[in-house]
Amino acid sequence: MNAPFFKFGLFGEEASLLVAVLIGIGFGFFLERAGFGSARKLVAQFYLTDLAVFKVMFTAIVTAMLGVTLLGSMGVLDLSQVYLVPTYWTPQILGGLVLGAGFVIGGYCPGTSIAAVATGRIDGMIYVLGIGAGTLTFAGLFPWLKGLYLAGGAGALTLPQLLHLPYGVVVFGVVVMAIAGFYGASLIEARFGAKDGGRTE
Amino acid sequence: MVTTIPDVLRPMEMVPPKEMGQDAARGRVAQAYSNPYLAGIGLGLVLLAAFVIMGRGLGASGAFSATVAWVLNAIAPAYVAGNEFLEPYIGDGATHPLKAWLVFEVLGVFAGALISGLLAGRVKVMVEKGPRVSPSVRLALAFCGGMLMAIGAHLARGCTSGQALTGGALLNAGSWAFMMCVFGGAYAVAYFFRKEWI
Repeated sequence: MNAPFFKFGLFGEEASLLVAVLIGIGFGFFLERAGFGSARKLVAQFYLTDLAVFKVMFTAIVTAMLGVTLLGSMGVLDLSQVYLVPTYWTPQILGGLVLGAGFVIGGYCPGTSIAAVATGRIDGMIYVLGIGAGTLTFAGLFPWLKGLYLAGGAGALTLPQLLHLPYGVVVFGVVVMAIAGFYGASLIEARFGAKDGGRTE
Repeated sequence: MVTTIPDVLRPMEMVPPKEMGQDAARGRVAQAYSNPYLAGIGLGLVLLAAFVIMGRGLGASGAFSATVAWVLNAIAPAYVAGNEFLEPYIGDGATHPLKAWLVFEVLGVFAGALISGLLAGRVKVMVEKGPRVSPSVRLALAFCGGMLMAIGAHLARGCTSGQALTGGALLNAGSWAFMMCVFGGAYAVAYFFRKEWI
């Protein structure tokens, strides 16, 4: 069995769109289960009353990372065939800062805003219109932003390559960091946490 | 009969406490959210499935770019053809711009969230906001936040899904730098927008 299945030609473009819908359903389902269709639940992360964003995100990252590492070491999954977004330090650092500000001000990120719209949040619908306007703005400014967009290019780069450490060591480090983070989150929530357990209603 | 609007279509504020009690009696009160670690494992397994089946991760912002490119291409094709950011989403015109993996994935996200929300009784037409801000201010801020988010995501070549979650699990160096900066940027401005939320 060779994975990624699509890259090894197990199915074609048309079928990949069906896979997209199914994977999207899983993604949207767990986003909503986590409470991420609610801006207040999401933004509570930044007021330290509910750290679900950190917990869910890092649990997901660790789960998928361990799965990829395990399947890769078993020779089932060819990691070189999994697409890595190329690293461009400057726009990714700057973009992250701008996006973080937009997260607090708008209450969502693009994926969670879809979950918000699906569950009836009017602010989520307006937010989506804002994304459209922001995309138009970015496209309009692209001739001027292109230099920044391409600044600090480093190609497809992983942390193990950057730090000159074996893959397994970095994986282990991320797991340790996540566990320490989860423990820290429980302490922060005990100090600042909402008494209603983060319920929206 | 005066009130014919189903509860689901009414803002939470419009449902009197008495009716909420009836909702509870009918078992239709919103359920609490899942344990974050369980939801995280679920999300992680979906992400892993995307890696194994497709050789790519999750995403969202790319679907917005494709949609904007498609709409604009219908209105001003010359502008799109001359725009280096939007033009790749149209390509040579052989395939429809919306016939893209991320667009279908985002349709799935909508369906999945709706299914989960309906099962848990959490679908409510409402404005998410703190108690100290008016709905119109909140909606204006939602629009501005969406704009900033889009600009940040396009600069960074991905958003919280495509960069932080996907790149995080693949130990992508740029994604980890991006993720740290997302938290940094959010904590940096949170104080100034506290009246919107708390």
